[in-house]
Amino acid sequence: MKGIKLRRYHAPKYDEPIIMEMGVKGQRGILVPPAEKKIAEAVGPAADILPKKAQRQTPPRLPEIDQYHVLMHFLRLSQMTLGMETGIDIGEGTCTMKYSPKVHEELIRLSQMVDVHPLQPESTLQGILQIAHELESFLKAISGMDAFTFQTGGGAHATYVNACVTRKYHEERGELGKRTEVITTQFTHPCNAATPATAGFKVIILPQKNGYPDLDALKSVVSERTAALHMTNPEDTGIFNPLVDEFTRVVHAAGGLCFYDQANANGLLGIARARDAGFDACHFNLHKTFSSPHGCEGPAAGAYGVTEKLLPYLPVPLITKEGDKYHLDYDRPRSIGKVRSFYGNLECIVKAYAWIRSMGPEGLRTVAETAILNNQYLDHLLLKIKGVSRPFAEGKPRFEQIRYSLQNLLDETGFGTHEIQNRMVDFGIQSYWLSHHPFVVPEPFTPEPCETYSKEDIEYWATAIEQACKEARENPDMIRNAPHSQAVHKIKDFNQAEDADRWAITWRAYQKKKNKR
Amino acid sequence: MKIGLIVNPVAGIGGRVGLKGSDGEEIHKMALALGALPVSPKRTITALEALREIREDLQLLTYPKEMGEEEAEAAGFKPEVLGSIVSGKTRPEDTILAAKDMAARGVELILFTGGDGTARNIYDAVADKIPVLGIPGGVKIHSGVYAANPEKAARLIIEYLKTPAGISLRAAEVMDIDEDLIRQDRVSARLYGYLTVPHRKGLNQASKAGSDPSDAVHHDGIAMEVINGMEEDTLYLLAPGTTTKAVTDKLELSGTLLGIDGVKNRALVGRDLSEEGILSLMAENTKEPCKIIVTIIGKQGYLFGRGNQQLSPSVIRKVGKENLLVIATQNKLLSLENEPILVDTGDPDLDKSFEGYIPVIIGMGKRMVYPVSR
Amino acid sequence: MERKDFIHPYIPNSVPEVREEMLKEVGLKSVYDVYAEIPDRLRFKGRLDLPEPIASEARLKRHVEEILKKNSTCKEYLNFLGAGCWQHHVPAVVNEIINRSEFLTAYCGANYSDVGKYHARFEFNSLMAELLDIDAVANPIYDWGDVAGRSIRMASRITGRNEALVPKTICPQRLAEIRQLCQPEEMSNAIKIRFVEFDPKTGLLDLEDLKRKISDKTAAVYFENPSYLGFIEEQGPEITALAHSAGALCVAGVDPISLGVLTPPGSFGADIICGDLQPLGINMFAGGGQSGFIAFRDEEVYIAECPLEIYSIMDTVVEGEYAFAEVRAERTSYGMRDKGKDWVGTASGLWTIGSAVYLSLMGPQGMKELGEVIVQNVRYTENLLSSLPGVKIKFKQPNFKEFLVDFNGTGKKVAEINAALLEKKIFGGKDLSGEFPEFGQTALYCVTEIHTEEDLERLYNALSEVLS
Repeated sequence: MKGIKLRRYHAPKYDEPIIMEMGVKGQRGILVPPAEKKIAEAVGPAADILPKKAQRQTPPRLPEIDQYHVLMHFLRLSQMTLGMETGIDIGEGTCTMKYSPKVHEELIRLSQMVDVHPLQPESTLQGILQIAHELESFLKAISGMDAFTFQTGGGAHATYVNACVTRKYHEERGELGKRTEVITTQFTHPCNAATPATAGFKVIILPQKNGYPDLDALKSVVSERTAALHMTNPEDTGIFNPLVDEFTRVVHAAGGLCFYDQANANGLLGIARARDAGFDACHFNLHKTFSSPHGCEGPAAGAYGVTEKLLPYLPVPLITKEGDKYHLDYDRPRSIGKVRSFYGNLECIVKAYAWIRSMGPEGLRTVAETAILNNQYLDHLLLKIKGVSRPFAEGKPRFEQIRYSLQNLLDETGFGTHEIQNRMVDFGIQSYWLSHHPFVVPEPFTPEPCETYSKEDIEYWATAIEQACKEARENPDMIRNAPHSQAVHKIKDFNQAEDADRWAITWRAYQKKKNKR
Repeated sequence: MKIGLIVNPVAGIGGRVGLKGSDGEEIHKMALALGALPVSPKRTITALEALREIREDLQLLTYPKEMGEEEAEAAGFKPEVLGSIVSGKTRPEDTILAAKDMAARGVELILFTGGDGTARNIYDAVADKIPVLGIPGGVKIHSGVYAANPEKAARLIIEYLKTPAGISLRAAEVMDIDEDLIRQDRVSARLYGYLTVPHRKGLNQASKAGSDPSDAVHHDGIAMEVINGMEEDTLYLLAPGTTTKAVTDKLELSGTLLGIDGVKNRALVGRDLSEEGILSLMAENTKEPCKIIVTIIGKQGYLFGRGNQQLSPSVIRKVGKENLLVIATQNKLLSLENEPILVDTGDPDLDKSFEGYIPVIIGMGKRMVYPVSR
Repeated sequence: MERKDFIHPYIPNSVPEVREEMLKEVGLKSVYDVYAEIPDRLRFKGRLDLPEPIASEARLKRHVEEILKKNSTCKEYLNFLGAGCWQHHVPAVVNEIINRSEFLTAYCGANYSDVGKYHARFEFNSLMAELLDIDAVANPIYDWGDVAGRSIRMASRITGRNEALVPKTICPQRLAEIRQLCQPEEMSNAIKIRFVEFDPKTGLLDLEDLKRKISDKTAAVYFENPSYLGFIEEQGPEITALAHSAGALCVAGVDPISLGVLTPPGSFGADIICGDLQPLGINMFAGGGQSGFIAFRDEEVYIAECPLEIYSIMDTVVEGEYAFAEVRAERTSYGMRDKGKDWVGTASGLWTIGSAVYLSLMGPQGMKELGEVIVQNVRYTENLLSSLPGVKIKFKQPNFKEFLVDFNGTGKKVAEINAALLEKKIFGGKDLSGEFPEFGQTALYCVTEIHTEEDLERLYNALSEVLS
């Protein structure tokens, strides 16, 4: 790529030990307030209060380190983590790695968030209840749904809640015994197979036909045993299924429910709504589309929305408004019950709220349009790279992310997607994500250049891939021994993680196994 | 790494001059008379040359002259030569002996060039005991033990050596094609056995949705699903294949890998049944509808017509499409590369009735719908 | 489709000239050429019914702050609420670390670029292993109720059995989550939940009843320590022995912050241990700081049956370097009655790191001292309150950090009492008269290290007034 200079990046490297190896006996990291004199005198030492039987005999072998050194250790670990703010993260498709505004962090660090107990009387929770209620109205507008719950702790959790709602719906109609099957598609996130299975359903997977879920296949399996359809659109391939409402029509005709996994909503905000495609329920990942930070995988929220028909089944409590007061409504006799203690990850709700308030209707449209535009631009650059191919739906555009294949590169050079993934991080960018299993697309990688990324970022990213592919041909050792500029080198043998005698999940297990060998 | 190299010098010799298949002295004479040149040696050299980056790390054992020694030397290797042959008059027995000799010498993999016939010979020699990999040198190959081309074969070996964690071993079908029938423009294949072949697997680092287990795990789930669904007093006919064998294994019955077995009430009621055997067993079991448990065979993915011809059209019609349980791993379906599952029962009307979609059990509580075609 | 330009600080390519350049480069007139893939009938035509944007950061911040100010906090009010979310001191260093941009924004970066994250996770595993006295720890997920349900499902898969025994004193919220995961009983793969009685005086599990109810159908015996109702369930060893004698697994639900002074379940042979990380250095966030952990024996069958991410330390090509990768044991099902694997998803990664920092700061001494001061504070409060006329402490004492206050003798309802306490700027203990009507008017009070003697006196005085 002309004019793009790849950085001579190096990650901080500290040879940092495992904390269990650190410290000196007697050091203290923090002191705990002791029982006050009056209390201690009144009740005596804890050892005399607790039944001998219940008392811990040997102290836990936690390290003993002073405060400065604990701080230093974890700060170093944070520096050995790229995250997405020190290195562009265009590579993690379907994760929508967008900028999480810092002002949101200031808001949730207010005492009115951190020091609030969920069981406080309603009258003292009016602030957070208002935000949740208003966010609900925003998501209703965006999706066309009639109600949302924020209790779900993530996207997969939302699909699970949908499976539970589905279960309850059919149970009420006396059809749970009959309706045993949930249908999903091959490209949809595997949680849409796993969560219905956990809920007790059998799963049927539709194959793809040139990248589109196969409608004829759906017609062949839909029956009175169909409980629900779980699908994503566009799928992680970036291909939009124009017959999506035909899918919902077919399933509805057979008496099933339709759920829209909207992890991939970023390109559709203000453009297309779940309701209009015929769905009974949908979810959004607030930590993807709506800017709440990913947090090393949580806390997160998978806002789950339903039409009027499914409202009675939502988990308790619902957040309602009467006059200008907000309430927690537990009087929901047909609810599926609880899927989560309390009300969900409310700090994520505040961030999503603030983000939507910052954007407004035009802003959301611009987000979607930019996600699409950025992706067309990246696609344009990537398809110029020899070795990269874009399978399926030839000639059809992609929406906000794309699944590519490096099979051609593999055939030519013997290096494929894993090797390129190892090398790309040497240029100071986050590793890309491959694909969900199964790898329908061989040697996959799935970038998503959402609206956070600039034109230069996209060019840089494409250049990094181009450089790695070039090296695969011209400088194989560079690829073979990657990564070169990270905090650690290449893992020696992944089989170590598959061998019970060699894996070590904790330090104490590691010590035991090391001593054995 | 110690590997064995066996070249079948006459494999594929008929192809270029329009003769199908290459076995038998008659065919060889015909082909040579038509000016055919051996294909295998050239392809072998291509593959070996692509191995140059690990040449120093390989200890190559091979057979004399055109069965590997010449090809290895042409590609710059210094192989250890075992056994003896009559140059110009190599026979299948030489291939079998070569493989046995190399196995005895402890090779970690046998690389061979040839066609279905060669694959059968390798199977006769070592069965599934050592990993093997084929370089295609024949006409049309039906066995799944071959890499797509010589370069890819070399790539797999390099990876097998350098990043063994990225390679898994799979069972691949060896097909027994009746060459005479091929020349009469009809294909009929028997499932001969399974060889163990290396395959590049997906390493999924930092997955937040779980990882992809091996075929053994998938087989376990499929077997569980089938067994949990087995009804009383019902005759189940289990067709050939490793996936169906996983079912009889899970039931702790000694079923066959390559034949049709009958199971009822979790007991073996028939083993390696012929068509007549099947029909008579069905006649004895009329209380409940009989069911067929069948998997997909071969590189092209056949439901019927390759390896399970005992399930004749009349058997299939008697059982009925609704009593078919198709089982296969998702990886097997993926290996069909978006092509439909094929049926070739010999009865075109029956084949037509299968066109459309069929649910395939791919795991515990999990099915995949897949297109079927003639 | 001509619209006004919308330039926003979060969208670098919102600048019209840049957009034009990019469109030109890819050969498109407009992104709506791509949207043409969507059939007209599926296109949303209107304008989203959302409020106009608050574009400036200054106004946005003020707007949200003003709404949040309608919350009252446990700094303004004296708090005695617990019941699943607890007020402990969160060390400044913990917040410093979890607010680091890198940890806050990382997601699924692979083994090398985010090695610090994996390193911290491995340390979390290791620290928890010592606290719990067990060898394998999985990546945490949603909350205690969820992991309790998953633990029971794991036990079911491992043993091939379909029943779980839980104490009648189990937290109802967690029970509801467990029921969800165990499926309605009509479903073919449901795990049946059966309840074990408790001693009416002490609250402890009735071992005789357990003996009666345990059978060769029991996959797991689940109990909580401390109990939801606050008392210390000291029969862990006996419960475990009974479970094992019937071939069932022992699943222990614990409050990890108690393990500086209470026996860790690993020590008496619990097979699976679960609980919530929130007390270990995570702010309350109105219930948004929950994080469920699972730990278990380092045996292949447990690893194989655990649906969550599990990480191992790995060697790199350079001696002495630490790297990490996901353990991919054949995640299969060994039992004949497989229930299928559960799912895994984004959940509580940041809290995992927070708890690792917390435990590193506290060390063994800190955890012990913390447990001690809590026990002492609780005993003191129990003494104070039970001296009030009509007030009793229900069940066996001593308790760890929560205790059930019985107000039946006062003639007043907990709701009334709490309303009156609220006026005195005190959050009284959780009203359990709805969850456990058989106990009458009881409330679950929580006292931790954050309470001073003054706070406890204040509670006593307030209750005195309220009850007179």
